[in-house]
Amino acid sequence: MADTSLPLPQNPTPRRSWYKRNEIAVTPWLFLAPGVVFFAFYVVFPIFQSINISFYQWDGLGKAQFIGLSNYEELYWDDAFYVSLRNNVIWLVLYLLAIPAGLFIALFLNQTVTGIRLYKSLFFFPFVISQVVVGLVFTWFYDPTFGLLNQIIGVFGLGPINVLGDERYVTYGIIAAGLWPQTAYCMILYLTGLNAVDPEQIEAGRLDGARGWKMLWFIIVPQLKPATFIAFVVTIIGALRSFDLISIMTNGGPFGESRVLSFYMFEVALSEYGLRMGYGAAIAVILFLIMLLFIGYFLWSMYQDDKAAR
Amino acid sequence: MFPTPIAKTSRSWQVTYQTLLPIALVLWLLPLIAVAVFSVKPAGDFSNGNYWGLPTSFDFAANYGRVFFDSDMPRYLLNSVFITVPTVIGAVALSSMTGFALGIYRFRMNLLVFFMFVAGNFVPFQILMVPVRDLTLNLGLYNTKTGLVLFHIAFQTGFCTLFMRNFIRALPYELIEAARVEGVAEWRIYWFVVLPLMKPAIAALAVLIFTFIWNDYFWAIVLTQGIESQPVTAGITSFNAQYRAAYNLMSAGSIVAALPPVAMFFAMQKHFIAGLTLGAVK
Repeated sequence: MADTSLPLPQNPTPRRSWYKRNEIAVTPWLFLAPGVVFFAFYVVFPIFQSINISFYQWDGLGKAQFIGLSNYEELYWDDAFYVSLRNNVIWLVLYLLAIPAGLFIALFLNQTVTGIRLYKSLFFFPFVISQVVVGLVFTWFYDPTFGLLNQIIGVFGLGPINVLGDERYVTYGIIAAGLWPQTAYCMILYLTGLNAVDPEQIEAGRLDGARGWKMLWFIIVPQLKPATFIAFVVTIIGALRSFDLISIMTNGGPFGESRVLSFYMFEVALSEYGLRMGYGAAIAVILFLIMLLFIGYFLWSMYQDDKAAR
Repeated sequence: MFPTPIAKTSRSWQVTYQTLLPIALVLWLLPLIAVAVFSVKPAGDFSNGNYWGLPTSFDFAANYGRVFFDSDMPRYLLNSVFITVPTVIGAVALSSMTGFALGIYRFRMNLLVFFMFVAGNFVPFQILMVPVRDLTLNLGLYNTKTGLVLFHIAFQTGFCTLFMRNFIRALPYELIEAARVEGVAEWRIYWFVVLPLMKPAIAALAVLIFTFIWNDYFWAIVLTQGIESQPVTAGITSFNAQYRAAYNLMSAGSIVAALPPVAMFFAMQKHFIAGLTLGAVK
């Protein structure tokens, strides 16, 4: 593929005539070469290497030993794997709440009053902050002794609850923290989308007596389809990539109840619990296959759009 | 405009909306406001259990002073800068070329190469983790900023290519044809015709990638481990270990760590949002 056109001719004089004749055909590959080579070495090849490693037993230093499907067989009997998988599903489903929540806030803020621009920026604020800081902030927010959450529910005579120390609540607590920046992201997508909504269609809808929810559902939401698609893509990817928050807030605990596949993989392969690269790679492959379903769908949608655009 | 503009609604709803706005904002940012309040409290307030009362003294300078002069925070911040800035430059440079190639030329593998970039950009980090760490170790770049930068450039090129290619597709193609008729060489078309038109896309990507890389945590802990190379997201955990239970300092440290992308966002808001929407939602 690209590798054949690797050497970038800084000075194409020696083969000038050949290059001139084939300029249109060769130029794109010259421009692609550095990017493609980089991407191939750091992203494309590693995917296949990981799949390969998942058939080995390897501590990352010594010699790898081929063990066939044993890693996958072990996964099949591993309770921690199922806990992680279950949590991944919970993450996926609940994370999607960011889309309607973002739409709701966007509708709330889609006005022209003094200072609204600043309001929009401040609402978007959580997305710009690193997940590490979001994790720390929410860890303190949930703290059973002084956290703001328990102060608030204390007013109603409830609590105190130790959200991050209780295996029943921990995953939901972390997801809530993750929804905070994700909702902000969806909000900004919808705010830009709402700008592009056709005012004539709204007027026409008003004349036909559509208002409130009906207007929103039948006239506004269909026009927001591009925004919804991007919101869907980034939310799904975000949910399956969740790692930072779990690592910062609970480190997988209590009793591994807040693990997801991405975190469990890291724990198995590269933490104090061991250096089981092969087993970790097997977990990564499963996660990759789950993601592949969505990636396939996204690419297919993009392909359809692309065909229509021509 | 939907919903109905506030100016066209009843007086009472107008007043309600105007009061609702600040309340909603305070509720939305409550966890952050709490941290900001923590960061100006004196240490004594926490040992006395005065978590949520008024600060007994306003210790802004003292707390932030300790973060800057009495901890490793400046070093971590500097590392973050030296990781983030080269990545932004590298990824934007590479993707302006790949985007140009995929956006302008029609050839058989075009869509295939493009989809490779897009798909690669969506894969879970964990499937890359073991081989990339291994590759970095073999290159002798483990625990260096360079190792981290090289990976980030490669990975971000995927996303940037998606963005650049779509942007270039939307440019008027007649410009390129006109240049070709004039006999302008292809690389000159890139440099003198397309690149100047890509300024908004470059600005959008630059702020966006800056934020992504500054906030990266996973690769920081996979590819680096010491103070000489770790960025601030990873450094903050050692900072917190150093000041365990000193909530005023940990809060101040978190705010300092979070600030650069926030400043970037407020300075280049328009570009940032254009980048986030992938240029697809106008």
